[in-house]
Amino acid sequence: MIKIQNLCKSFDEVEVLRDITLSFEPGISNLVIGASGSGKTVLLKSLVGLHEIDSGSILYDGRDFSKMNFRERKEIRKEIGMVFQSGALFDSSTVVENVMYPMDMFTQMSPEEKLERANFCLSRVNIVNANHKFPSEISGGMRKRVAIARAIALNPKYLFCDEPNSGLDPKTAILIDNLIQELTQEYQMTTIINTHDMNSVMEIGEKVVFIHQGKAWWEGSHQDIFETQNKELESFVFASKFQVHINQLKKASGG
Amino acid sequence: MFQQSFFQLGQYILFIKKVFQKPEKLKMYWIQYLKELASLGLNSIGIVFLISIFMGAVLTIQTGINLENPFIPLYLIGYATRDSMILEFSSTIVSLILAGKIGSNIASEIGTMRVTEQIDALEIMGVNSASYLVLPKIAAAISFFPFLVIMSIIVGVWGGWLGGCVLTEVLSTGQYIEGLRYYFLPYYVVYSLIKTSVFAFIITSVSSYYGYHAEGSALDVGRASTKAVVYSSVLILLFNLIITQLLLV
Repeated sequence: MIKIQNLCKSFDEVEVLRDITLSFEPGISNLVIGASGSGKTVLLKSLVGLHEIDSGSILYDGRDFSKMNFRERKEIRKEIGMVFQSGALFDSSTVVENVMYPMDMFTQMSPEEKLERANFCLSRVNIVNANHKFPSEISGGMRKRVAIARAIALNPKYLFCDEPNSGLDPKTAILIDNLIQELTQEYQMTTIINTHDMNSVMEIGEKVVFIHQGKAWWEGSHQDIFETQNKELESFVFASKFQVHINQLKKASGG
Repeated sequence: MFQQSFFQLGQYILFIKKVFQKPEKLKMYWIQYLKELASLGLNSIGIVFLISIFMGAVLTIQTGINLENPFIPLYLIGYATRDSMILEFSSTIVSLILAGKIGSNIASEIGTMRVTEQIDALEIMGVNSASYLVLPKIAAAISFFPFLVIMSIIVGVWGGWLGGCVLTEVLSTGQYIEGLRYYFLPYYVVYSLIKTSVFAFIITSVSSYYGYHAEGSALDVGRASTKAVVYSSVLILLFNLIITQLLLV
């Protein structure tokens, strides 16, 4: 479980995150939504320590990450898996080397065990016959899936995904969403997913947090979104003509 | 301007402190070291060979032209070529060339890793990214550059013979060899190797620093690469003066 208490973060004079208090449960998909520039990525990067927070605390199962030194943070980070927006695969390594990297670095497993585990993780994300390809030789969707395989290689307790389906077609995006949800439930991870894709929200949004102007503006599940009276959330959710059309149809049918 | 320079210096010192930390797993660093030996060292043999042979040849021909005096023995041309190669050309000039080749390569490689979030990925895994990416480069450069310099001296002297004795016949082979053997001080080679090791550290650490702190887009990676070459070259010239003052004067 991850708890955030009164988290504030600013860059120079600009306040990006303002007094955010949230908690994220394990085993469910926690989605953070918001417009571009609302502070979603800064929140995620603050949670893993890539940005130093100004005040507040971040608790990983009661362990205060914000007060830890470099060495203590390194230990927590071994329990974290992260999927970046770009995938962030190592260009000079092949697909299988990318997935084996955390095991190479932090375990005493034999080469055969590492290969077996890497192949298992890759098959888990439906990647086959691509072990010896380089990231530049595979598609965007495959890169995201390899990134997920690398993130789960060491059985992390916490999984962070920064817009995992951005730039993907709707079908592949849903595949990725379902995959993350399955893995979250299977390994009982605490998963936080940043997205602005409403399809993802409807598909896997067991808990949804709406970030607006650096504040946690709204919390609920994907079913609650349609009943909300929150104007900011409504204007975000129903920004596209497609969504407006669906909403009008629902109202017309009395749903 | 001064404030910015002090900020950069402080940030560089903190960066170096982060680089020289205990490795997470020595075996992984050793593998990286071997890769860097090939990338930074072996891949530079060709350019160092080419530069040295031409440098030696031109040096001999120019010295020969400027020593057209019956009172100065011709074997001094060989002597001048040998000492110029050892003292200055093979260490400083070759290092300046390598600052361009290797410096830009390191800065763009690490800078690209920064802007594509690969460095963030390493950090989140619990890896000291600065140490893992930079320490093997520094170690590879410091251990391999001295061999490049020794090769450069040998090739340069050979190039001098080609230019002075074969191509232009400014002096005979016998005179050239006599000059090469005349008043040889082995300490000059030691001085040259010490200088090279310092330059190797400057090139790799400064270039890595600029790459590691690149932010934004491909344009910023390009800027970081340019800065890496410029500052490495300026520091090589500055430390050339300091080391010469300390070790020779």
